Amino acid sequence: MTEEFKLEVVNPEKSFLLKEDVTEVVVPAFEGEMGILKDHISIISFLKPGIIKVYSKSGEEKYYVEDGIIEFKNNNLSILTSSIFSVKDIEKNKIDEMLKVAEKESAKDNISDQAKFLIDQKIEVLRSIN
Amino acid sequence: MASLDDLKKRIASVKSTQKITKAMKMVAAAKLKRAQDSAEKGRPYSEKMNNIILNLSEGISDKENAPKLLSGTGKDKIHLCVVMTSDRGLCGGFNSNIIKKAKNYFSKLSREGKELKIITVGSKGNDQLKRIFGDKIIENISFKNSKNANFFDAEKVSKIIIEKFQKEEFDICTIFFNQFKNVITQIPQAQQIVPLKTETDDKEKSEDNYEFEPDEDEILTNLLPKNISTQIFKAMLENSASEQGARMSAMDNATRNAGEMVDKLTIEYNRSRQAAITKELIEIISGAESL
Repeated sequence: MTEEFKLEVVNPEKSFLLKEDVTEVVVPAFEGEMGILKDHISIISFLKPGIIKVYSKSGEEKYYVEDGIIEFKNNNLSILTSSIFSVKDIEKNKIDEMLKVAEKESAKDNISDQAKFLIDQKIEVLRSIN
Repeated sequence: MASLDDLKKRIASVKSTQKITKAMKMVAAAKLKRAQDSAEKGRPYSEKMNNIILNLSEGISDKENAPKLLSGTGKDKIHLCVVMTSDRGLCGGFNSNIIKKAKNYFSKLSREGKELKIITVGSKGNDQLKRIFGDKIIENISFKNSKNANFFDAEKVSKIIIEKFQKEEFDICTIFFNQFKNVITQIPQAQQIVPLKTETDDKEKSEDNYEFEPDEDEILTNLLPKNISTQIFKAMLENSASEQGARMSAMDNATRNAGEMVDKLTIEYNRSRQAAITKELIEIISGAESL
């Protein structure tokens, strides 16, 4: 019995990542981090800013996402997101830039609590990978 | 009859026009390849999104209190039409086909006594519509500066739509765009995006029970605006592929027509040159005879 399942990450422009041999994926779901193993029950959830960790034979990979939807069905995990970067390849000044924008957004006082929560989350994650 | 010099000039001018149309055809062909690629690559995202929404809307517990973007306002009074065209001309019937389709729809609406609001995306559509429906156009968006269709632009459009929906400025929203079938055929499409029409394809329908986290309603509220961006992005991709395809075949025709014209003019030129020579010969011979 293999413990592997299929992962597909798509963004609006293209299919970002396709892996057949994933053993575990940890996603930053809206209500907390969620680990997904093989034969997980079918689930739909959406993401908050955070790090997706992908474990496979070839090791661990990390991706930063800002939002997205995940769907797990029949050992197929699909992640739909409009903003995803590989943590390894992302340039430092790009993170700085995103941090600046997020901090400016967070300083505004006319945003809703939920939006503020999401932005603070984003700042925290960006700082942690910086 | 035109003089030899005139004909020569005309041939040269047609030839240079042909050069331009040929170059435009080449450029369009190269761009078409790219646009087609990105349209194909963008497809999985919108398909998956559609599937998830379908599953969600079936699983929703309380249909009465479903998000407005899914169920609609319950009225059918004000229609918002988003007409998506290109920013550049010289692409055959591309823009006029969309406009024709949209105008038909508009007149149907006005016959039924509905109120109409128009958003135009792309300057060509705005140019053609403002003469008749100028007072109905509430917004004109143009992405002249973006090289390719990108998601960021699509989000801008959808933000405007959602804002207007939340202010209850319209009940039903339809987008008009060209669907890319192949290089010579583009089909103008009208697609309703608000309230969302869930097409229930029997084969796609899954009997799976999903677990939702958080609950369906909350996911739907977050997902529906994203779906609008996705649909608009899809329309933009289809449109840009169609535009290049239409331009390519239009320029191909133009090049061929120019070639035919050059041939015809050349024959005429040769004939008149021959006629002039014959005339001169006759003059010389008859002059010699009279001596």
